[in-house]
Amino acid sequence: MSDSNDFQPKIIAYVCNWCTYLGADLAGTNRLEYPASVRIVRLPCTGRIDFNLIVKAFETGADAVLVSGCHPGDCHYTAGNYHARRRWMLFRPLLEALEIDTRRIHFSWISAAEGKKWQQVITEIADKTRELGPYSDYREICQAESEK
Amino acid sequence: MARIGVFICWCGENIARNVDVEQAAAEVADLPGVACALAYKYMCSDPGQSLMRRKIAEERLTGVVVASCSPHMHLRTFRKAAAMAGLNPYLVEMANIREHCSWVHHDRSQATRKAVELIRMSVAKVRNNHALQPIAIPVTRRALVIGGGVAGIQAALDIADAGYQVALVEREPSIGGKMAGLSETFPTLDCSQCILTPRMVDVGQHPNITLHTYSEIEAVEGYVGNFKATIRKKARYVDVAKCTGCGQCWNSCPSKKTPSAFDYNMGNRTAIYVPFPQAVPARPVIDRNACLHFLKGKCGLCAKKCQAGAIRFDDQDQLVTEEVGAIVVATGFQLYSIGKEQTNGHTIGYGEYGYGQSPDVIDSLQFERLVSASGPTNGEIRRPSDGKVPKTVVFISCVGSRDNAKGISYCSKICCMYTAKHTMLYKHKVHDGQAHVFYMDIRAGGKNYDEFVRRAIEQDGAQYHRGRVSKITQENGHLIVRGVDTLAGEPLTIEADLVVLAAAMRPADHVEELAQKLNVGYDENGFLSESHPKLRPVETNAAGVFVCGACQGPKDIPESVAQASAVAGKVAIMFSREELSREPEIAKVNETNCAACFACVRACPYNAIERAEIRDRKGNLVKRTARVNQGLCMGCGTCVAVCPSKSIDLDGFSEQQIYAMVESLE
Repeated sequence: MSDSNDFQPKIIAYVCNWCTYLGADLAGTNRLEYPASVRIVRLPCTGRIDFNLIVKAFETGADAVLVSGCHPGDCHYTAGNYHARRRWMLFRPLLEALEIDTRRIHFSWISAAEGKKWQQVITEIADKTRELGPYSDYREICQAESEK
Repeated sequence: MARIGVFICWCGENIARNVDVEQAAAEVADLPGVACALAYKYMCSDPGQSLMRRKIAEERLTGVVVASCSPHMHLRTFRKAAAMAGLNPYLVEMANIREHCSWVHHDRSQATRKAVELIRMSVAKVRNNHALQPIAIPVTRRALVIGGGVAGIQAALDIADAGYQVALVEREPSIGGKMAGLSETFPTLDCSQCILTPRMVDVGQHPNITLHTYSEIEAVEGYVGNFKATIRKKARYVDVAKCTGCGQCWNSCPSKKTPSAFDYNMGNRTAIYVPFPQAVPARPVIDRNACLHFLKGKCGLCAKKCQAGAIRFDDQDQLVTEEVGAIVVATGFQLYSIGKEQTNGHTIGYGEYGYGQSPDVIDSLQFERLVSASGPTNGEIRRPSDGKVPKTVVFISCVGSRDNAKGISYCSKICCMYTAKHTMLYKHKVHDGQAHVFYMDIRAGGKNYDEFVRRAIEQDGAQYHRGRVSKITQENGHLIVRGVDTLAGEPLTIEADLVVLAAAMRPADHVEELAQKLNVGYDENGFLSESHPKLRPVETNAAGVFVCGACQGPKDIPESVAQASAVAGKVAIMFSREELSREPEIAKVNETNCAACFACVRACPYNAIERAEIRDRKGNLVKRTARVNQGLCMGCGTCVAVCPSKSIDLDGFSEQQIYAMVESLE
């Protein structure tokens, strides 16, 4: 095993209550193993997630952030997932301007039936983040700011 | 000071095998605000719940975290238990250490560490929870039923029989829907009108039912228990109150050449007409586009003949409002338009079948009129082109259905059955005739259904050919049907006198517009979406709006009626209470801080946020603010994310709660 494999990337997953949360539940019911370093924050809808939450996640030491909700057309609240997508289109350049590494921000649609997809998505994010290494840059800036 | 109790469940071995629950309890016991932390074998069991209730009392807990399974499984259970112990149920949160932890992480130390973190997140959240009270909403005990076909009729009658007022809105001049035009029904071959028209009369005479025919829904506002529907009553040019339905007007009308929509253009009607003799209400309407008075300013014969003085050429559309507590959508279906480009733009229909070019290629609803005793031929099967009795009839099933190339992937469900019925009805009327059926599969699931199809084949001699038809051409007054019999493995050509196409079922026109007015979801085919396909089959995601019949998906008469009665049951349950109780986890506005930009108003998918004004005692405007309508808000939180001044928040998932959770992570 190489050294990089010992690094357990901290992933914060903001998921909607109706699709992805249940998809993760299904992964559990089917005993589909995936990296243990993911922390799920349950929200009613991806429409509830603003980009401050994403920044906050990095601030508290996340190495990657996942936003996952219902497939287009499946939103429990009709259109929240579209809001989330549109918001992301707007905020991506802003986050890039803040020099946040947007390669560490992931979006997916995972339905309540897609336990397998949940497992795959988390595994892929963990692998990808392991390649990128710990996200220390942003944390250091935050720390420096707070010590001023 | 928070006093939080943490209860960690072993779930037998389910959690305890991979998570060291005792160690987790020891670790979280020291978290700020935690008063006690303990593990127990089965928290959801009766002793587990009593343990929690006892601890709430003994430790004077101000919040509870249960670390066990998914909140979708037991959050309600534990909230109820807390409420029994006198703790506000919204001060209970769960940490999902089974589905999201012990079941998916097999490394015991990693799983235990994750479980501790999940518990810590929930503790951080619950420290920021507030006691919430269920929201009570008054209910207007009056229902609106949209669509007067068999489903709408059944729903209206059942709700009315339960003792509640019903307003029934129908687009056409009469209720009855598609079923009123059918000849006989499968699998009993009982006459459709004989079973339906008495129910139509019941609707017309029911003291609890207000009928709005020739009317459409203009707008719907409000929310569960408190809807306000604006209904456009189209001008009939006949005073319904004065009219006696005697028929003098339509018998004397000189304009007789308008194709009858009720007969699917197989026969003609007059300009002033009732769609069919048993119409309810038995009151005519004037078709402006055919009436000589409107077209040329002449005639007026109907007005002269009408002894009741009911003709009103100056009639106007009227808007009426109905205040209702529940809305039932029963807008039914229409057939796939076979020859033409389809409304969704990406399909091209079946030009190769010659529908619309040869009058003897008809669809299944036209065939129903052709066999119906009240139809344009009085029930004699005569083909439209020359009135001859067809000796060979070809029925083609799945015209549109199950054909992705034509834009419809679903099975229309009823066509196999009615096609078998059509062959029988044909054979019963034309004894020396031969019916042929081209089919893909025969789907006859249902009580006495398969027996019925066997009867059509074995007793009434219908010839079934498994295969598709590629082209229909006209030659010497015959229709040459070229297809393939895939079981015989050879091409098959039949010289037919009449071809009947079993076109796919599609939702009625403009149902999407109605769905948008009601905030009801629909699928890519336009069928309205139920809340849950198995457990909430007649509710929609818009609280207080229900669906029944073919607007929700293809279905036959018994299913439509069953669903309609189910809807009536749901409506009656809703109306049996003085007030509705709603989950209080919804958005609320900090009106002092709100900058009145109304970004939330635009973002809200439920139109639940209003533009309000705060005025002083003298009535002067102090400020404008957004305000959440508690009846409409479904708690998605989209508004929270768009608010630039963070003046709107979501109870149960507030900014403070979510940030506390994220910050608690190590």
